[in-house]
Amino acid sequence: MKLFRWLGLTALALTVGGAAQAETVKIGVVLPFSGANADLGHQIDKAFDLYIKLHAKDIAPHKVEIVKRDEGPPTGAQAKTVATELITNDKVQILTGFVFSPSAIAMAPVLTQAKTPLIIANAGTAWITNLSPYIARLSFSMWHPAYPMGAFAFDKIGCKTAALAYTDFPPGKDSTDAFKAGFEKAGGKVGLSIPLGSPVQVPDFTPFFQRIKDAKPDCMYVFIPSGAHATGVMKAYGDLGMRAAGVKLIGPMDLIPDNKLQDMGDAAIGTIVMGHYSVDLDNAANKAFLKEWHAAYGKDSYPDFMSAAGWDTMHAIFDTIKKLDGKVSDGAKVIEAMKGWTTNGPRGQVTIDADTRDIIQDQHAMEVVRKADGKLGVKILGTTKAVKDECKAQKIGRCGT
Amino acid sequence: MPQVATIAVSILFDGLAYAMFLFITAVGLSVTMGLMNFVNLAHGAFAMAGGYFVVSLTQSYGVDFISSLIIASVLVGLISIRFERRLYRPLYKAGELDQVLLTIGLAFMAIAAFTFFYGPIPKSVPLPQWLQGNVDLGFRAFPRYRAFLIVLGLFLVAVLWYGFERTNIGARIRAAVDNRRMAESVGINVDLLFTVTFAIGSGLAALGGGLAIQLFGLTPYFAVLYLVLFLIVVAVGGLGSLKGTLMAALLLGIVDTAGKYLIAEAGGFFIYVITVIVLLLKPAGFYGRQ
Repeated sequence: MKLFRWLGLTALALTVGGAAQAETVKIGVVLPFSGANADLGHQIDKAFDLYIKLHAKDIAPHKVEIVKRDEGPPTGAQAKTVATELITNDKVQILTGFVFSPSAIAMAPVLTQAKTPLIIANAGTAWITNLSPYIARLSFSMWHPAYPMGAFAFDKIGCKTAALAYTDFPPGKDSTDAFKAGFEKAGGKVGLSIPLGSPVQVPDFTPFFQRIKDAKPDCMYVFIPSGAHATGVMKAYGDLGMRAAGVKLIGPMDLIPDNKLQDMGDAAIGTIVMGHYSVDLDNAANKAFLKEWHAAYGKDSYPDFMSAAGWDTMHAIFDTIKKLDGKVSDGAKVIEAMKGWTTNGPRGQVTIDADTRDIIQDQHAMEVVRKADGKLGVKILGTTKAVKDECKAQKIGRCGT
Repeated sequence: MPQVATIAVSILFDGLAYAMFLFITAVGLSVTMGLMNFVNLAHGAFAMAGGYFVVSLTQSYGVDFISSLIIASVLVGLISIRFERRLYRPLYKAGELDQVLLTIGLAFMAIAAFTFFYGPIPKSVPLPQWLQGNVDLGFRAFPRYRAFLIVLGLFLVAVLWYGFERTNIGARIRAAVDNRRMAESVGINVDLLFTVTFAIGSGLAALGGGLAIQLFGLTPYFAVLYLVLFLIVVAVGGLGSLKGTLMAALLLGIVDTAGKYLIAEAGGFFIYVITVIVLLLKPAGFYGRQ
């Protein structure tokens, strides 16, 4: 009897010891795989898959197990259902993905209650990170590109007056508010501010843009979700001959996602955006990233700013797993470990702000040009280093709570 | 020209172009629903398929845009005959729920299939030079593509009107819509008639899908996203009525454009207000049978 008990204890000790050495970290990935915005989900998913494929050995002996769920439409309801299921049924230890702000906003109370960390790979409404201490964001806040764009548009592009147009959901209002704050501070005047309908379907932009064209502002600042809408904006802008009429098109990088740029044609040339990524960024990490991407997905497939953030997101998660030696069941420790994390990724140097759990990154003003090889690309007009989310820095509106 | 008149002309122009797109895409749905009382929610999928054929023809085979539109319409029209014969026919006598389930299922299968082959990234087509940019008429510049939409739409209205009102086959279709049993009892082959109208309707939907690429961009979800618009046009116009569909498309197209231009904050709201008002006053639509 005694012998058996000893054998049993030894076996138990071995199992426990073995588990302590090699943990399997369960990660829930929530991205839109269906609907009009499915390609946004694919852009991030491809970056996740690529990172995991190339770097799985970095966290040895630990492993990750990925459970993917469909985020659904940009309304938040389905995302909340599937993400809650991931926590309660699948027992994931870390959640990531989340393209749409409403999804992250809806999910925040559940995260706090379940103490599960959400590492956001896209959703950019500024105040999302204030909603739960278990949220860290690797992508951007709407204010990252939009606020500095205000001053840049006034000083460098020559916009004295501007009209705003935005898709009518939280990030749209957030992006135009940020631009307006920066633009008016620099001395510009904002005229029309036009909501462009819901993000679910691409509207006929022509009547909206015709109205703006008739008001003759120097510039038109447009925010749309970076999917099929971007192509629609470019077509309507081109068809109406707005550039020739003296209305310049400006906005955040969502207007010219790299994977759709080649299809946009001449109408896109001259568009000036502020953003943190383009495939044309000249740094070593981006060159390596592009090489791996083309090798995995073909030479005509391009990553975009979402993919770049997705890549860094998975990088941060992997580094955290390494740092905590695979023990990520305590959500608070995961978030704590991420604070101050920094790397040189495809976007250049990025850091997680220890105070706000939001990203700090460079912002580039970029103009669409036709490159020497005949393809469309961007020319960097100027760079601002290490930009923080101004909305939280200045405690504006909901960012102050 | 005074400011108000310029704006009115601009709204009418944009609204008319939008209305023509709605008419071309929805007219087939109206006639097939009127003729067979068949609820075809896969109509948008035929439009989407037409759009992707145009994309393939122009980008992979180098066919010009106009020829691609024609080829895609004919192709989708012919393919739709197979669907009608094999899948739709057994359900003509079934309840509406069965029809809705079959056709929405087909729409979702089409979305999955086209996503598999073309991917979810929005597609665009190269337009010929004469359709790009805009024409300046002095007081205002008009996009050429929209002018083309209006001309093409009016041409199709004329052709369909002639076919519907002045030819033998048109008379048979009208007879079958009005009273199917009577039409059959005087020797009209309603089944064959339906196959022909179904093919023409699907072909026109495919044309609409091809034309929509320049307006909205094309993704596989086109099949269901814009279906609501087409159903609204059909409901407001009245099932099976060419005139009703045209009136509804014009009213909705122009009111929607005017609403977006004049009161942008309320945006896409107006199209629904009009729908509710019309259906309260005339539950069967403008020219529907009560």
